[in-house]
Amino acid sequence: MSEQTENPLRDAISEAIRENRVILFMKGTPEMPACGFSARTVAAIQATGAPFAAVDILPDPRIRQELSALSNWPTIPQLFVDGELIGGADIVAEMYESGELHEALGVPAPEAAPATETPAGADPAPRPMGIDNRLG
Amino acid sequence: MPSTDEIKQRIEAAIPDSRAEVEDWTGGGDHFRATVVSPAFAGLSRIQQHRLVMGVFEGEIGGAIHALSVKTQTP
Repeated sequence: MSEQTENPLRDAISEAIRENRVILFMKGTPEMPACGFSARTVAAIQATGAPFAAVDILPDPRIRQELSALSNWPTIPQLFVDGELIGGADIVAEMYESGELHEALGVPAPEAAPATETPAGADPAPRPMGIDNRLG
Repeated sequence: MPSTDEIKQRIEAAIPDSRAEVEDWTGGGDHFRATVVSPAFAGLSRIQQHRLVMGVFEGEIGGAIHALSVKTQTP
């Protein structure tokens, strides 16, 4: 049993994190992301084929406040797996490229390891992921 | 507003034996990208590594530093 605090919103967020093995807090929805960082993160998760839950933090500014207080992580998106914060857009992108994201989400990694085989025309170096406002 | 040099120096001063490369991502002086190499990251999860770097700027990210994108490596 988890202890109830006097903060129903924070309790609801904790519960969502507990009850969904893979859950992404993002701006907008997977169908219609409202920020470039959320868009790239959701695209990486979708590319693994793993099922995930998504929560749009935009409708109520308190969601973000409580989430960041809970996770001790300032920015959105935030990906949780098995109740643990895995990372935001940078970490998810890095893990996707290395194949670790598949492993973390419990799906088979792609057969060609990115380190040994680079698709023609792809830039193997880490690339800037755009210049969106990651906070705003 | 902090400069890339200032951010680099603050990271290197705060994280043991670290070397940081900091770029101004947009040219606007408030979106930065830092690549940090330190033996202090060994054995830590990525989130813990990033927290070490983000922690250097506690309270400033979202303010004077609008966004800081981090990449961490061990030597």
